[in-house]
Amino acid sequence: MSMGHSSSRRASSQEQAEAARPDAGGTRLNRRAFFAVGGSLAAAGLLAACGGNTGRGDASTTSQPGTAAGGAGTSGAGTSGPAASGAGTGGSKPTLQQWYHQYGEEGTEAAVKRYAASYPNATVEVSWFPGDYESKAASALLTSSPPDVFEGANGPTIDQIQQGLVADLTDLLGDAKSDFNPAMLERMSYDGKVWGIPETIDMQLLVYRKSLLDKAGVKPPTSFEELRAAAKALTQGKQKGLFVGNDGGVGTLVGPSLWSVGEDYVTDGKVGFTPEQAGPALAGLHTLFTSGNLLLGAPTDWSDPSALTNGLCAMQWTGLWNFPQFQKALGDDFGVAAWPAFAAGAGKPSVPIGAYGSCVAAKGANVDAAKAFVKWLWVDNTADQLDFAQSYGFHLPSRESVAAKADKLKSGQAAEALKIFQTDGHAQTPMLWTSKSSTAMSDAATRIIKDGADAKAELAKVVATVEAELKRVTAK
Amino acid sequence: MSSAAAPAASRPWWRVLAGNQNRNLWFWAFVGPFFVGLLIFVYIPILWSLYLSFFDARNTVTPTDFVGLQNYATMLTDPNFLSSLGTFALFAVFIVPVTFVFSLGLALAINRTRWFQAFYRSAFFLPTACSYVVASLVWKMAIFNGLPSGLANTVLSWFGIGNIAWLSITDPPWYWLVLVTLRLWLQVGFYMILFLAGLQRIPPILYEAAAIDGAKPGWQTLRYITLPQLRATSAAVLVLLLINAFQAFDEFYNTLSSFGSYPPYARPPLVYLYFIAFGREQNLGQGSAGAIILAVLVGLVTILQLRFLRERDGARR
Repeated sequence: MSMGHSSSRRASSQEQAEAARPDAGGTRLNRRAFFAVGGSLAAAGLLAACGGNTGRGDASTTSQPGTAAGGAGTSGAGTSGPAASGAGTGGSKPTLQQWYHQYGEEGTEAAVKRYAASYPNATVEVSWFPGDYESKAASALLTSSPPDVFEGANGPTIDQIQQGLVADLTDLLGDAKSDFNPAMLERMSYDGKVWGIPETIDMQLLVYRKSLLDKAGVKPPTSFEELRAAAKALTQGKQKGLFVGNDGGVGTLVGPSLWSVGEDYVTDGKVGFTPEQAGPALAGLHTLFTSGNLLLGAPTDWSDPSALTNGLCAMQWTGLWNFPQFQKALGDDFGVAAWPAFAAGAGKPSVPIGAYGSCVAAKGANVDAAKAFVKWLWVDNTADQLDFAQSYGFHLPSRESVAAKADKLKSGQAAEALKIFQTDGHAQTPMLWTSKSSTAMSDAATRIIKDGADAKAELAKVVATVEAELKRVTAK
Repeated sequence: MSSAAAPAASRPWWRVLAGNQNRNLWFWAFVGPFFVGLLIFVYIPILWSLYLSFFDARNTVTPTDFVGLQNYATMLTDPNFLSSLGTFALFAVFIVPVTFVFSLGLALAINRTRWFQAFYRSAFFLPTACSYVVASLVWKMAIFNGLPSGLANTVLSWFGIGNIAWLSITDPPWYWLVLVTLRLWLQVGFYMILFLAGLQRIPPILYEAAAIDGAKPGWQTLRYITLPQLRATSAAVLVLLLINAFQAFDEFYNTLSSFGSYPPYARPPLVYLYFIAFGREQNLGQGSAGAIILAVLVGLVTILQLRFLRERDGARR
């Protein structure tokens, strides 16, 4: 032990002596310095790459100095000048980032990339996000390099608008304003301005297998009671009567339940529902949940056509977007209906309609170029809008003149769905329905539907939360 | 030593900074990159969230609206946050002792195995390499889906038990079975390895001496030799398990959330805070306040636990 110790000490003092010699120390320092500097450079490079990896392309093409340098650059660097005029003057084209959530239907991603590539005035890079897209987009908006153009479910949130995170798009509409679906335009407006351009309209509705209903002697339901009875009659063997989502309808049926008793989320800036009226409608869903006639725990959820096409259920709450797949799998053997009124005379049948809104980030480097692109794609480019609406999943064009040209939506079940859309369509949730209100409602709905909690007491708590939220957002 | 001290006086400043044998330089060459990473990705964010927690920071990370302790007051009176702490406690009560016993049992069994020890060790350790997300999807869609064709329901049907929608229903709360088995599968192997390492450090002399003194193999040697010798490992395992339980996120989020919303049950604190801070709400002030409260709680519990274990240790001696 002592031998080893002393020998190591000897070696170290020899090294010290060597280090003291100027020439030896000099070369050693150089070699070490090289590695040290090289190492820290590599580290700096790595960090810069992390910070700069905002999904943007090469900074040299974007006329925005600073964004690639570790995210340190500010967004003000390359404002509108070169971007707006770049196309006409033959200067370098700006590069725009466009974000989409993942559409499930085949071909959609290739289609939106094709539209973007054909835009002449900018290089548009499309990013496609599966999973929790909304959170990703909301977080990215806070950074100094947000996506220039992004889509938000039913447009941007009220908080994003009030914080100045999204650009005012009112002037993009021009003469086309009156051509847009008024309910959707209204949904994306706040303070008299339009904050998102409705891309295409989505619609949820009840789809059923005609043959199975005929066999069981069941008519399409016109009241909640009839729906419950139909679900019971259609439950046979491994086939359940009804599928409204694996959560028993928490995510899909709150709106239809409110409308089914003639109420709403928000009416004239005030809470639009009462525990007395809405309570029984939601409590009704609990009886459905525990009846054994509801499909629960399916591998795919309500937004996917598989449960109905694989024969797991006879009726499914789903979306218009699935119609091409229903036609392929079931041929003509399916029919459509709205969510029924709770009871005769109590409310009305309803279907939720919503649209992804194309928005422009106010902190983006090329706001004007981004606005020009949104106008080109979602206002002026009616050919691509039509392609997007009916070539992959089925959606409704937001522009009524375009909707009139959508031939594939003019026949069969799609045409029947459109009739329901005209008479029973409700905007999914209103602008003033904040994320906090939505969480409060979905928590309460879960407790009512799954646990059988007292619906009136739970809804009373929701009313208190929503009142506070309405007060908060209308105070600004 | 004196030969080294003499030239130091005439060294240029950068040589002095570089230290004896350039030690400082080397220290920073190796530690520097990691330190910078730690600073940027860990310490600055922690300090930043402390800062954010005193502001009304909605949709912004550079807030101006100072609100003092209001975010803390909101979070501490928020029934959802409090119930999420309750959820955590319930989860920890399940998962900590169960993982402890399972991994210790496995380690003891494997330690006694004479044949294929390396094979069993690898086989049990392998799930640790699986991602939480992948495992969650397998559990949710293949094993515990609600259809008669799901694996769990198929097995039950052999015994004539009907179909169960494991993750949809709340009464009885079968979702806990899904979550606990998932985490057990993923982490038992890792703690088993820790225990195995601990077991292999126990000197065989102790067992020989015990045998000579008449201790029976089995429970007596386990109780009076193996377990006391494993105390350091056990303390480490308990602390790690508890912190891991506190940080529960991945499997909860991936089995129970749908379309960007999460049910109010089995919602651990991190999932709740995630939705406040990073969901559409983007309330970074309240989210940060909740995170700070959680960090303080984890710290407190860890200190208390270590102190408790040490006191018992002291009492024994």
